[in-house]
Amino acid sequence: MSHAAAAHYTSTGLDSRKIAFWTFIGSECLLFGSLIATYLVYEGRSVSGPTTHEILNIPLTSVSTFDLLLSSLMMVLALAAVQRGDRLWARVWLAATALLGAIFLGFQAFEFTHFVHEGLGFTTNLFGSTFFTLTGFHGGHVFVGVVWLLTLLVRSFQGKLGPEKAMNVEIAGLYWHFVDVVWIVIFTVVYLIQTTPLPAS
Amino acid sequence: MAEHSEPQEHQGSAHPTAATYVAIFAVLLIITIVEVGVFYVPAFHGFLAPILLTLSALKFTLVVMFYMHLKFDHPLFRTIFTLPLLIAAAVIIALLFLYGVFRL
Amino acid sequence: MSPASATAQHDAPVVPVAPTGLWSWITTTDHKRIGLLYGFTAVFFFLVGGLEALVIRLQLGAPGNSVVSAETYNQLFTMHGTTMIFLAVMPLSSAFFNYIIPLQIGARDVAFPRLNAFSYWVFLAGGLLLNASFVAGPLFGADRLSVAPNGGWFGYANLTSSLQYSPGPNIDFWVLGLQILGIASLAAGFNFITTILNLRAPGMKLMRMPVFTWMSLVTQFLVVTAFPVITVGLVFLMLDRIFGTTFYNVSAGGDVVLWQHLFWLFGHPEVYIIILPAMGVVSEVLPTFSRKPLFGYAIVVYSGVLIGVMGWGVWAHHMFSTGLGPVADTVFSATTMLIAVPTGVKIFNWIATMWGGRLHLTTSMWFAVAFISSFIIGGLSGVMHSSPPADLQQTDTYFVVAHFHYVLFGGAVQGLFAGVYYWWPKIFGHRLKEGVGKLHFWLMFVGMNLTFFPMHFSGLLGMPRRIYTYGPELGLGMLNLMSTVGAFLTGLSLLVFVYNAWSSRREPRVGKNPWAAATLEWAVSSPPPVYNFSVLPTVTSRLPLWTEHGVSEIPDTPPGPIHVPGGSHWPLMTALGILVIAVGALLHHHFVPSLVTVLAGLGVVVVSVYRWAFEPFEV
Repeated sequence: MSHAAAAHYTSTGLDSRKIAFWTFIGSECLLFGSLIATYLVYEGRSVSGPTTHEILNIPLTSVSTFDLLLSSLMMVLALAAVQRGDRLWARVWLAATALLGAIFLGFQAFEFTHFVHEGLGFTTNLFGSTFFTLTGFHGGHVFVGVVWLLTLLVRSFQGKLGPEKAMNVEIAGLYWHFVDVVWIVIFTVVYLIQTTPLPAS
Repeated sequence: MAEHSEPQEHQGSAHPTAATYVAIFAVLLIITIVEVGVFYVPAFHGFLAPILLTLSALKFTLVVMFYMHLKFDHPLFRTIFTLPLLIAAAVIIALLFLYGVFRL
Repeated sequence: MSPASATAQHDAPVVPVAPTGLWSWITTTDHKRIGLLYGFTAVFFFLVGGLEALVIRLQLGAPGNSVVSAETYNQLFTMHGTTMIFLAVMPLSSAFFNYIIPLQIGARDVAFPRLNAFSYWVFLAGGLLLNASFVAGPLFGADRLSVAPNGGWFGYANLTSSLQYSPGPNIDFWVLGLQILGIASLAAGFNFITTILNLRAPGMKLMRMPVFTWMSLVTQFLVVTAFPVITVGLVFLMLDRIFGTTFYNVSAGGDVVLWQHLFWLFGHPEVYIIILPAMGVVSEVLPTFSRKPLFGYAIVVYSGVLIGVMGWGVWAHHMFSTGLGPVADTVFSATTMLIAVPTGVKIFNWIATMWGGRLHLTTSMWFAVAFISSFIIGGLSGVMHSSPPADLQQTDTYFVVAHFHYVLFGGAVQGLFAGVYYWWPKIFGHRLKEGVGKLHFWLMFVGMNLTFFPMHFSGLLGMPRRIYTYGPELGLGMLNLMSTVGAFLTGLSLLVFVYNAWSSRREPRVGKNPWAAATLEWAVSSPPPVYNFSVLPTVTSRLPLWTEHGVSEIPDTPPGPIHVPGGSHWPLMTALGILVIAVGALLHHHFVPSLVTVLAGLGVVVVSVYRWAFEPFEV
């Protein structure tokens, strides 16, 4: 075969970057799995300080959850726009995704500072340690995602995000959706399923 | 094996449209509302965990299958993702047992 | 002269050759050079770890000895374990992954050459950080020169998590060093999984891949799934130490055993990460020097996969003495016994490969055969641990030390040396001397057995692990002396190897296939051209060079122009940034300098990643 063909030959016909990225996502399952497992086995073991039902704000977190879910929709629409070469809507949807991600981070920042004011710090008790580490790791991932999306947005404005670059956006999308999916698990397992007594309605 | 010289974008038949994506979002939204609802209704508190875990597993699956396109992509990606996911789930469950969260 | 004008004038393409000079090595993205870098670095750290072992053995050679203090002794055995596992054996395997896998699958390089370089530089950074601790004492106001990690290679909480019990920077060095090394391993994991799945030459179906490549694939899956768990455990440890979180703080409701779970959830797959590549090497060497194909290729492959998967289910057998309870004890005992089955299957297949073959007892072959016998012994003591009541006698004694050195040294190290002697001619273009090699082998084999076999007895007679001395009344002096003599014999054998490597430089050049082996790496020159294959071969057989028309013709000179990717310094810069972040974290007792350093390192990382992402780089 010619060199050009040899240089791009693959045994599966699939893009190497996509294979590598799915492998990375698999690895992240174990990262977040360990964090979640620790949170769960330590639930209810704090000897002092605020606990889940005293401090978690379900209505507020429901809104931030909705925000993240919506951002996944924006992301998927952004990819579709890039794939069909729609420069305007690619930029709209990418910006929307990044904005919603930033808003999610805003909610997290508010929640964290509010908790500290209410007496739940990083080192206050086991709940503080496990909660802030787990959600902090997740928030850190969201932050990286927002930076990534903004980078793609800038590239788009530079005219360098045509359909031939769709794989870059697809991979950013995989990252973004995975971060959303981790939040789905965290929202359920940390906020909704609490082992300490639940509020009577 | 046949020679593949260019990476292929979409294998498989149907490719979701924007309308499908919006519909998926609507389902995700509804499930979330139900989850929060279940949280606030005392009658469900006995089986809170199984209900919520099932509902969120559903959301998880929808996002992974449709938004992450796993349903329509080459099965290799499904294998690459599922194996570590199962290991992670098994680790969580095993640790829950070892810490006595489930009374055996 | 550019290739275009060459074509116009002579119709002969310019044949790429490897660039020379230090900068070309610093910026290399060529898997063969990266493999060499890993190899030399690994051998260097192997000698460092060996030196640590010799001092340990000197100290233990007689009861009541005072060669080193207790604190120094703690640092020695901690660094010996950490160095051998993370800086010697794993990187030596990486040397082979890098050099050999693309050649075995018929590829020109790995999927992500710059990420590959990044893995090496990050590994080097981690190794340097860990060992810098030996002389960093004055920088941290310590009353001694060395503040090397001293909590064991497994760093049990709360010895390590409590600033009361581990006040100095020793454990900080350990945590940060391991996190850095984890990044290197993970990056390599993603790279090699993609390479093996996606860059196989036409006709190289998965079940036609050499067993070494197969075992490497399983190994990389273990890496990418197991390392995140230790990452989390180490993060908790670091947070407890720096910020005072309560992950391993019992009085706050935490559990020190959680550390053990997280560590061994990583740690057990880690031992399969260590042994599977060596098993892969042996599965190449035995058929070549038995002049017979591997017996039961498919079974050997499936057994390797099974070992990888089942390796996830046995971790708590390292924790039988922590009070898990009868149910957990029973479950993990059963899974541990079961995992002996696929391993045993492989051993039978290797023996069956040799059976009836025309054996060529080269040095490489001796090492491969010794691998089998040593691994059987190590496996037997391992299965003895699998019974919790028996293990309660054995755990934390030298019986365990005997077990894991038989599988790690007798197994992994001897297996990898089989690979060293096997692939040396491919890499360097000449064989290692056989006579000197045999001397190396016998000294090492006898030395290893003399070192570790007596430990079965000293262990069962009650000698605990990690003690810096013991009383004469225990009657363990003779056994320990034997181990010490064996250790020095083993050290001598290493010197013989180094001598062999050096003095073989003038050995006769070899051709493509000096061993008349079967797999694709032997189809190109020794050493291979910078582009590996002049044309991508098509294979039709699992044993391409032993089968008529097993592989298509590979011309000696490329029929068309071949683009060889240039180098890049951004992988190195990114690694440097990560190192700076780690140094910043080490300074955590001084808030402002620490923050500034961490942010500076982060800045270097971010800029380097962006430059890396946007530089023009064509594979």
